[in-house]
Formats: sequence, structure tokens, C-alpha cells
Amino acid sequence: MDLSAINPVLFVAGFLVAATPLIFAALGELVVEKSGVLNLGVEGMMIMGAICGFATAVETGSPMLGFAAAAAGGALLSLLFAFLTQITLANQVASGLALTLFGLGFSALLGQSYVGIKPPRLAEVNFGPLHDIPVLGPVLFSHDIMLYLGIAMVIAVWVMLKFTRAGLILRAVGESHDAAHALGYKVVRIRTLAIMFGGACAGLGGAYISLIRVPQWTEGMTAGVGWIALALVVFASWKPWRLLLGAYLFGGITQLQLNLQGAGVAIPVEYLAMSPYIITILVLVVLSADKSSAPASLGRTFHASS
Amino acid sequence: MKLSTLLASAALAIGLAGGAFADDKTKVGFVFVGPVGDGGWTYEHNQGRLAVEKEFGDKVETVFVENVAEGPDSERVMTQMALDGADLIFTTSFGYMDPTINVAAKFPNVKFEHATGYKRADNVSTYSARFYEGRAIQGHIAGKMTKSNIIGYIGSFPIPEVIRGINSAYIHAKKVNPDVEFKIVWAYTWFDPAKEADAAKVLIEQGADVVLQHTDSTAPQAAAQEAGNVITFGQASDMAQYAPMPRVSSIIDNWAPYYIARTKAVMDGTWTSTDTWDGIGAGMVGIGEITDAVPADVKAEALALKASIADGSYHPFTGPLKKQDGSDFLADGETADDGTLAGMNFYVEGITGDIPN
Amino acid sequence: MVRLEKRPQASQAFSWAAPVLAVLATMVFGGLLFAALGKDPLASIATIFWEPLFGDFAFYYRPQLLIKGAPLVLIAIGLSLGFKAGIWNIGAEGQYIMGAIFGAGVGLAFYPTESVLIFPLMVLAGALGGWIWAMIPAVLKVKFGTNEILVSLMLVYVAEQFLASMALGLLKNPEGFGFPGSRNLQQYPSAHNAELITGSGMHWGVVAALIAVIFAYVLLARHRLGFAIRVTGEAPRAAKFSGVNPVRLVLFCMGMSGLLAGLAGMFEVAGPAGQITIDFNVGYGFTAIIVAFLGRLHPIGILLAGGLMALTYIGGDIAQSQLGLPAAAIQVFQGMLLFFLLAFDLFTNYRLRFGRAEVA
Repeated sequence: MDLSAINPVLFVAGFLVAATPLIFAALGELVVEKSGVLNLGVEGMMIMGAICGFATAVETGSPMLGFAAAAAGGALLSLLFAFLTQITLANQVASGLALTLFGLGFSALLGQSYVGIKPPRLAEVNFGPLHDIPVLGPVLFSHDIMLYLGIAMVIAVWVMLKFTRAGLILRAVGESHDAAHALGYKVVRIRTLAIMFGGACAGLGGAYISLIRVPQWTEGMTAGVGWIALALVVFASWKPWRLLLGAYLFGGITQLQLNLQGAGVAIPVEYLAMSPYIITILVLVVLSADKSSAPASLGRTFHASS
Repeated sequence: MKLSTLLASAALAIGLAGGAFADDKTKVGFVFVGPVGDGGWTYEHNQGRLAVEKEFGDKVETVFVENVAEGPDSERVMTQMALDGADLIFTTSFGYMDPTINVAAKFPNVKFEHATGYKRADNVSTYSARFYEGRAIQGHIAGKMTKSNIIGYIGSFPIPEVIRGINSAYIHAKKVNPDVEFKIVWAYTWFDPAKEADAAKVLIEQGADVVLQHTDSTAPQAAAQEAGNVITFGQASDMAQYAPMPRVSSIIDNWAPYYIARTKAVMDGTWTSTDTWDGIGAGMVGIGEITDAVPADVKAEALALKASIADGSYHPFTGPLKKQDGSDFLADGETADDGTLAGMNFYVEGITGDIPN
Repeated sequence: MVRLEKRPQASQAFSWAAPVLAVLATMVFGGLLFAALGKDPLASIATIFWEPLFGDFAFYYRPQLLIKGAPLVLIAIGLSLGFKAGIWNIGAEGQYIMGAIFGAGVGLAFYPTESVLIFPLMVLAGALGGWIWAMIPAVLKVKFGTNEILVSLMLVYVAEQFLASMALGLLKNPEGFGFPGSRNLQQYPSAHNAELITGSGMHWGVVAALIAVIFAYVLLARHRLGFAIRVTGEAPRAAKFSGVNPVRLVLFCMGMSGLLAGLAGMFEVAGPAGQITIDFNVGYGFTAIIVAFLGRLHPIGILLAGGLMALTYIGGDIAQSQLGLPAAAIQVFQGMLLFFLLAFDLFTNYRLRFGRAEVA
């Protein structure tokens, strides 16, 4: 055993990267759920983003265009979910699961000719001298632009929800769609926009995996990150800051597990791999005292006549 | 009970006959555990299938089903292929072992080929590749080239196949570099590119400047490229898009020669049940081009090692070797028999850490 | 101007017509997809829907429908009870795994003793395994108000890791040359959940699924508990006034769904699958959620929906092999089918009105 082999600076830098796809996907879902809609199709939208982003980046040579396409692809797929749940009033749980099934299949069809290709690299942001600061440099100033964008979006969503009129309306719709409707807000339109935002974010998260973290395209490569993102939203009790914390916790435990193994610590791997989920459950129990956080209309269908 | 058994088997027999005589093409079925687009294990088996088509053209028809779960789904897919008149069926995952035996018992006239298993029957052959031969070459290059003397190894699950590879790589790295140390990380997944990338990054952060992988995605290659000054080896497929650095060589699963030979045997009526475990010599294990990132002398040694393994003059598991616990494994000059290799569940002396479970 | 108007009561005619329309729409759009992939659309559709039921080898595929459909139906029935009452167990996959591990574990503990008592014990153990796993979110919900959707989902991942550990460790076949996976229960007569009539596909899991359908039907239609479930889902406040005990309802619904999922896992591992392996679970627990909704949470509907899902799986595999359709195309096709079923369901409860909306 040699714990000194673990470099804490690199460890932290590592889990910042590992957490980024989760942050994007979970942040999108947070907004969706704040509007009172539960979309279990995150995994499907992520993988669509992963292939749309990958294909576009490869074809155009521009990773940033890839990310734009990923957001568009995720949003487009989420429109399908919006149509089902908002127009045809279908059950949200079933629609979300169907979306994941569809997304996994459709992305595989789209990606048939992209297996084994190396995508263009997204360079690190150049912070000049900041990068050379010991400890802080590698941890904070050695990443790509998307990682910072993820954190910036957490702040933006927090501000939007807490301080803006748009956020107030969104929360009102999520708390009581009937009341919001009575006040003259277009419930369906607002929710559709929220769902599309969620889709775009999930798409970005997926593309972060296929373009930066891995980077390659293979079928089913998101390997369950979308589901973890769903857990993360509840873990965070619908609060953007806690979401950030939770994403680092989830990312961090996987990193820690691998680090400990590398350092030769005899750990039962399966049991450590379980630990993020068990910790989430414990946190859920602790947080469940706080009953105010869940949007009251979450998962309920809205129709103006009902 | 008896009657319906008879009926069922009669019906199966009729179905078989109807299919088999429908045309004179030889029909070859492939059951795949992953998608053909996985870029690794299943991708290479599918390349083998395409090679069969290319070799025999109109005389052969190939069919495949991908993403087939082990268990009853695989049994159904195999049965369906047999009913549809397949003459030869390749089942390409260890978990298909019992289903293959079950289905083969119902279709005595159809030949089955099960990859990586150990159960055979009159119409069931098994085949596998001696990937550990390729690991020996990787170990040699790794031992010579490492500067930090730390070699990272990403394992999937702690099963004999993977442990054999670790031992083989370690023995040959140690031989050329007594100070070498292996860091082994188990990913506990066959397929999770993001986790593989993480595992590679962690190993590199902990000082490894060579990363060997027993998982199929290119994620560790990309991580190594990012880090610079780290070398890797392609796994399952050549991964040449990462050459000349970090990928300095590779182990390629090359099923094409075997698939072509077995199809030919069915066509000629010479097929018999066998247990094939081929390596570099027979071409089942390919060694991808060693790039110029490897010093010329090391490359020459590696090629010589490859040649000696290929012609059978050298066995990667040749004594004297001890097990991790210090007990004797192989006496001086003794080579490991296939049974020991097939079920290998211990590390050789010098590897630190325990095999999980 | 077209708008939706809620029907005074659900349309009986449409609740039957909607699935038919959905299947037809899927055939049209699926056909277009297959044509776009360069395959004969008619042949593709026929292969998926016709071949398993009425093709040359239907004698083989029909029993397979039972084998594939039974676990889906068994799990979906359990889930539907909770869903009806607004209790969301989406972790059936984990309960399925635990049922299989418990059931197989008990069977393997007795190996190689032969006794008629072993199989019943395994059934009990399997039910217990699923039940315990579902009781975790249930108890947390009633004790602390913890969200059961998330806890049950998290426990799926825990169960998957536990499964890997069992397949590589405790339950590993000692005669398996070090390979992962347990002994094959198909080769252990006392523990084998064999077909009751050879070639029929009928094993105890199919019987259990049918019993579950009848049980759920009677429960919902006749029993006080069924009333409590329905009223809680439709009008939680009214439920409180009519004396429904929400704590007991949560424990019952979660427990029942876990128990049935555990049974499904146990019957699967002792029968069609045969052994505990790392990848033993194939997503039945998640697919069953879809089945439950496709069947409109109604026992008979679930039975039909389970059959339909099984049909697309089996027909899809045949289409892959016979026509060279990629697996992904089949997945997209299944996704479409679900979309259309969900979308057309609208007309069961709503109708289209043409003309101008009245001023509200």
C-alpha cells in the first residue's frame, strides 16, 4: 500500500472533469423538474447529444460546433417527449423510459460510420500565468471551456430561479399548474421550453463524454450517466449549489476508488463501487426532512380543462 | 409428456431439414454479445464474419444477431438460426457456453463453435486465442521503455483470461527490468469508456508511464495522449489512430483465418469437434505494427520474441516461476500446461496486491 | 381550430382501438425507417409481428413468447399496484436481481442434495430477496418520507454490484475452472425450474405470472385493499377520509412489487437462465415499467402488453438474423411503438373538438 502515490492535486482536477457531464445533464433535468415535469429520458438525450456532437465535430473539425449540434440534437429529441407529455398528455414516467430506448437505438443508427474515429481536440483555456500557480493552477486553470461553462450555467440557473421573474414563473408552474394557469401563464409553453432546455443540457453532457472525456464514439457509451444525473437532482433537493456538490461527490468517489486500487489498497471493489449509491440514499434520508424542496406538481399531467 | 417431447423434436427435425435443403449455400450464423459497432470484441468478430463472406462469396450466406443477452435470449437466437437452416453457428461470448450446449443437443446436424468456453460435444467445438502471447511482447516493451518503473494495468473482471494476461506481461517486464512495478486497477465492467478513461488517468497520475488495458475502448489511449510521455498498446483492434504515440503496438483479435477454415471444413464435410487455442503462430493473435517511438533495439528484441513464440520455440510461461505466495509454480525449463493456464487464478511472484475475491 | 375536450368518461371503444391504431402507425413509420435503411419494409414488419406467431417455426416461438413475457408480466403486475396508488417503485430490476441471488443461493447451498423441498424453499427465498430489497425504500419512505423513486433506483446499482461480487465470489461454480458464474441450476434437478410440459414454454414462472394477473384483477375489482389503492391514486384526500392507512398501503404495494420481481428473478435463474452470472439481469425490471403503463395498469392490459413487448423482442431478433436489420433499428422501432401507444392513449380520455373554443 502506498497512499503517497495519490496526488491530491491531480485527484481533484480529475474529478472536476469526471463531474462535468453529470453537471450538465443534472442541471437540465433540475430545470425540467422545477417546471413540474419528470423526464426519465436523460440517458437517451445524452447519447443523442454524444453522437450529434461527435459527428458534427468530426465533419466540421470544430469541437465547439459539435457542442452546439449536441445541444440542438438533445433539444430536438426532448421535443418528442414534450409532444407526448404536454400535447397528448401521456404518462411522463413511461414516455421518459421510451425516450431513452429510442435515443439509444437512434444514436446507434446515426453513429454506424463513426466507430473508431478520433475527434478533434478542444484545447484548454489559456489562462497564461495563472496556469503555473502551484496547486491552484492545475486544479482550477487547466481545463477546457466547457467545464467552466458547466459551472457558469449552475450559477446562471441559480440566479434565474432565485432572482428573476422567469424563475418565479417556472417555479409557480412547477408548484401548481392550475394556479399558474389561472394567473394566465401558458403552462404548456413554459414546460415545453423547460423540457427543451433539459434536452439541450443533456446533449451537452453527452457530447462532453464523446468529445472530451473519452473521446470516441461507441454505441451506448454514456453507460448510465443519465440515470445518475436523475439521482443527482433529487440528491441536490432541486438546488443548483447542492447539485454541484453532489456531482463532485459522485465523480470523486469513482476517482477515489480507482486511486485507492492503484495505490494497492485492498478494497472490495464492488462494495466501493456501490458506495456512491448508498451514500446518495443516506443523503436522501437526511434531506427528506426538508419537504419544501420538491416541486408539488412533479410528474402530474396538466390539461387546461381539468 | 413423452408425446409432446417427440412432437417437439420431430418438428425441430423437420424444420432443420426444410431449412438445410432449401439451397446449397452454406449458411453461417454469428451470435454477438455486443453491438458490431463496439470497436472492440464484437467488432473484431464481425470483421471475421465479413472475411468469411469475402472469401467464399456466393457460396456462403452469413447471418448475425447483435446485442444478444447471455441466457435464454441467446438460446432462442441460436435455435432460430438453426431452424432457419444455418449449417454452422459461432457463439462469441463465454456466457453462451451452456446455451450453446443445450441448443447443439437439439440440432445434431448443425455445427457449433463456442468462443472462450470449455464445454464441447460432438457438434460443438471451442476456440479461443492465446492473447497472453501478445502480452509477453507488451511486457517486454513496457519493461524496457518505462522510466518511472511503474506500469499501469486496467483489468476488466478478475477472471483467468485477464489474470493470465497480467502475469504474462509482468513476467516479461520483470525479466528486462527487475525494478518494474505493476499497478492494477479493476474497472469491473466490460464496457464503460468513461470509467476506462478515468482508470487510465488515475494510473498515469500515480506515476505509470506505460498503460496496458484489458478493456476494449480507446479511452485509455486518449487519456495517455493527453498526458504525453505515456505509452499504450491497442487492445482487440489495432487502434492505429493513436500511433505512433501513445500506441506503440497492439494485440489484434484476428478471427478471420479460423472462421474461414471452419467454414471451409463444413463445406468440405471435414468438420470435427475440436478445441482450438491458437496464438501468434496461427495468426489468431495479431501484433500490430511496433512504431518508431520504440527504440530500434527494443523493437528488434520484441520482434525476436514474437518470432520465437510464433514458431513454438519459446513459451511465455517457462520456469523457474513462483506464485505470488512464494510457492513453486514451474520448475526450471518447465512450461505451463493449458489446463493450468485456462484456470489461472493466482498472480506470479512479485506482483503486489490481491486478486479481488 | 382544434382543441381537446375531456370525455365525461373514458371511452371503452378507444381503449381498445388505441393500441390497434398505435401498432398500425408504428408499422407505417417503422416501415419507412426500414426502407430508409435499405430493407424491404413489408418483409421487415411481417417478420417482426407475423413470424413468431404464425410463421413456419411458430411452434418454437410461441412458447418462447411465454418465456420472454412471463417475467415482464409478473414484475409489471406488482409495479402496477403501486403505480395506481402513486407509489413509484422503479427499482424492480434490483429486486429481480436480489430474488435471483437469494433463490439461487438457497438452491446452491443444498447442492448436491436432492429433495422435493428445495425448490419450494428457493421460491420462498426468491420472494424474500425481492421483498427485502423493496422494503428498504418502503421503510425509508414511511419513516422519513424519503423519495422512493430515487432510493429504489439507487438500489438497482447496488444490486448489480452485489451480483458481480456473488458471480465472482461466493456463488462461483467451484468446478468452473475459475470462470465467473454459478453452477447451472438446470443440471441440478431439485432446483431446476423446468418446463412443466416439454416444449410448451410453461414453467413455474409463467404459472406465477398468470396467477398474479388473476390475483391483481380480483384484488383491484373486489377487495377493500384494491379500493384503497385506487382511491389513493385518484384522490389522496378522499382516501384519507375513507380511512385508508397510507403507511400500510406503501408497505403493501412496495412489498408486493418487490416480492413479485424477486419471484421473477428466481424463476428465471432456476429455469431459462440457469445460472447467476455477472450479466444475469437483462433489463426486465425497467421494461416492465413500460409494460405496466402500456397495459394501462390494468391486469389484463398488462398481460397483453407483456405479450406485445415479448413479440417485438423475439420478432426483432428474427428480423436481425433473416434480414440483417441492425439491433439499433429494432430498438428505434420499439421506441416508436411505445410513443404511438402513449400518444394514442390520449383519445381514451379526451376527444378532439373542431370549431372555435368557447370563451372560458
